[in-house]
Amino acid sequence: MHLVITLNGETIKKVEPHLGFIHRSIEKMCESLTYRQFIYVTSRMDYLSAHINNQACALCVEKGMQIEVPERAQVIRTIMAELTRIASHELWWGAMAMDIGAFTPFFHAFREREKINDIMEETCGARLTMNYMVPGGVMIDLHPDFQRKVKEFITLFKLKIHEYDELVTGNIIFRNRMKDVGFLSKEDAISYGCSGPAARGSGVSCDIRKLYPYDAYNKVQFEEVIETAGDSLARYMIRIKEMNQSVHIIEQLIDNIPEGDFQAKTKAVLKLPKGEFYTRVETARGELGVYIVSEGATTPYRIKFRSPGFSNLSALDHMARGSKLGDLVAMMGTLDLVIPDIDR
Amino acid sequence: MPLTSAFIIPCSLFDILKMWSLNNITGIIHDWLYQTFSPTWALTFEMVIAGVAVIGLFAVLGLILVIMERKVSAWIQIRLGPNRVGPKGMLQSLADTLKLLVKEGLTPGGADKFLFNLAPIIAMIVAMLLMAPIAFAKDFQLWDLNIGVLYVSAVSSIMVISILMAGWASNNKYSLMGAMRSGAQIVSYELSAGLSILSIVVLTGSLNISDIIYSQADGWWIFKGHIPVIISFVIFIIAVTAETNRAPFDLAEAESELTAGFHTEYSGMKFALFFLAEYVNVFIVCAIGATLFLGGWMPFHIGNWEGFNHVMDYIPSSIWFFGKTFFLIFVIMWFRWTFPRLRIDQLLNLEWKYLLPISMFNLLLVTVIAILGWHF
Repeated sequence: MHLVITLNGETIKKVEPHLGFIHRSIEKMCESLTYRQFIYVTSRMDYLSAHINNQACALCVEKGMQIEVPERAQVIRTIMAELTRIASHELWWGAMAMDIGAFTPFFHAFREREKINDIMEETCGARLTMNYMVPGGVMIDLHPDFQRKVKEFITLFKLKIHEYDELVTGNIIFRNRMKDVGFLSKEDAISYGCSGPAARGSGVSCDIRKLYPYDAYNKVQFEEVIETAGDSLARYMIRIKEMNQSVHIIEQLIDNIPEGDFQAKTKAVLKLPKGEFYTRVETARGELGVYIVSEGATTPYRIKFRSPGFSNLSALDHMARGSKLGDLVAMMGTLDLVIPDIDR
Repeated sequence: MPLTSAFIIPCSLFDILKMWSLNNITGIIHDWLYQTFSPTWALTFEMVIAGVAVIGLFAVLGLILVIMERKVSAWIQIRLGPNRVGPKGMLQSLADTLKLLVKEGLTPGGADKFLFNLAPIIAMIVAMLLMAPIAFAKDFQLWDLNIGVLYVSAVSSIMVISILMAGWASNNKYSLMGAMRSGAQIVSYELSAGLSILSIVVLTGSLNISDIIYSQADGWWIFKGHIPVIISFVIFIIAVTAETNRAPFDLAEAESELTAGFHTEYSGMKFALFFLAEYVNVFIVCAIGATLFLGGWMPFHIGNWEGFNHVMDYIPSSIWFFGKTFFLIFVIMWFRWTFPRLRIDQLLNLEWKYLLPISMFNLLLVTVIAILGWHF
């Protein structure tokens, strides 16, 4: 991504994002892939929440095929999605601190993120683009060590999240850099189509997990984190608190993974009936929508992804006008832009 | 008999340590030169030796500080840092210097060639000039001029010219913005640095660096001068961190906004000169801080503890000086790897709205203390 910035001294007059540098035409590629295959391509959209992208696609195909997902698979998917959310927020936290000039948090965040990657590697066989979700459930059963390792991680993480607060959140320089910077009002957040932490920081209730629960989210207790300040600090605090909520969700599920199949019995060749199907999930960055138009063939007729990063980016110009150049990187940090997600 | 021998061994050890302190070596060289040559030639040779020593110190300090920075940052960031070249990676910065030496020094097409090439040289010359009045050990000083403190603050402000020159001559928007930021920053923070230095000058009544050190023979100013001196010490550390363009005040080279700021276009040895000058500047400001507030090469004494004071005296003065200086350098590195960066308006607000009024009022307090003789 290329931001063309018009400056008056240090003050920003206009921000114009130029997109398309990493465009791989994923939507078009999906049209020539079968309903089982296209899920794997979507890992490359928002590679930091690859699990949740796959989940969204699997949910859409299941909706079209009317597949009942076994309870065990639902719980596994939810745990995996929340682990992905923590990993994504950890990376965001490190990168965000790096954007405003602190290097050390990046290494501290990666130390814990590595633990999640190890857990993923054991069960899914990959660390970043897991491709673990399939229509009807998950690809393989959990690794025997999974529960123990996740519990170990949660114990460790609860200790470390205080370190994050001590290192960054409470820092006076950090708070001054974030407070009253990049203001986005509730009305603007809605009209720009922001979602996820970017919109919840402005007081918009938009957590898909809460509003339209999917998989096992209706079985767990968690809070939708909302801040009303609308500035960079609010968006920052939301992600920090969301990590705590994700830990809370995992804690409820990890001891109660029901026995049974990890995958529903499906036909070898999936053919969605003629029609249009839409599902939405909450990724680490916001609402991801998957829209499939089917003509009844083995491949989709048209696929459209509503990616959270693209809509959130559109608010950047509005937020940044009149603020200083140094704040632009901080704002981009709090929007948590992942470029392959924007360009697809 | 065994009692005395046990007593003699540590004593001779102390004597060896004392003999190897830098002031004895300079004395030996001085005597030898004046006995062998005519006074004119002896003076010339002394100047040449001093010049070579400064250049050598410049290079060695650069290498040591770079490896120290990398090790400190690695320690703070829970990683190992350089560990391949030499024992525990200690020769890494030497290897990097070699690499930079053989790299091509590019000059961008639209650049003002003369100013572009002059800027890093000026940066280096300033850093070298600043070494003149620093007392590295007892009676080991290149130039003990009577306005030493004034000289340091005057010469260090030339540094900003080299940065502005580099930013302007590069013909690059990032460089120019970095240079403008740096100009505003260094000019502002020089005021607080100067005022906090003045508080020690007021207490000592002298601008001469060796006078300032000898005035701390019975205790360092940071202990003798009550709270106002501690305040000016804190302000001094903040101001010199800003003056040397180090995080959290590294706006001149804010890498997330301006690539590398004023030295974006520099490569090879020209970049290395900027890099070395930055680290040598850090050393110099820390040396000044150690001299003014922590007693320079003066050993640490506690009131009437004769035995303790005697043992402290046996530690060579150069070790005291470098120990204090490197402690301050460590503190500044600690800042860099812990704090996020300030924004340009916050940076200027901090100086003009907080540090400058505080240090002015503080100077007034110090003056009152000095007049009434309230300090120890």
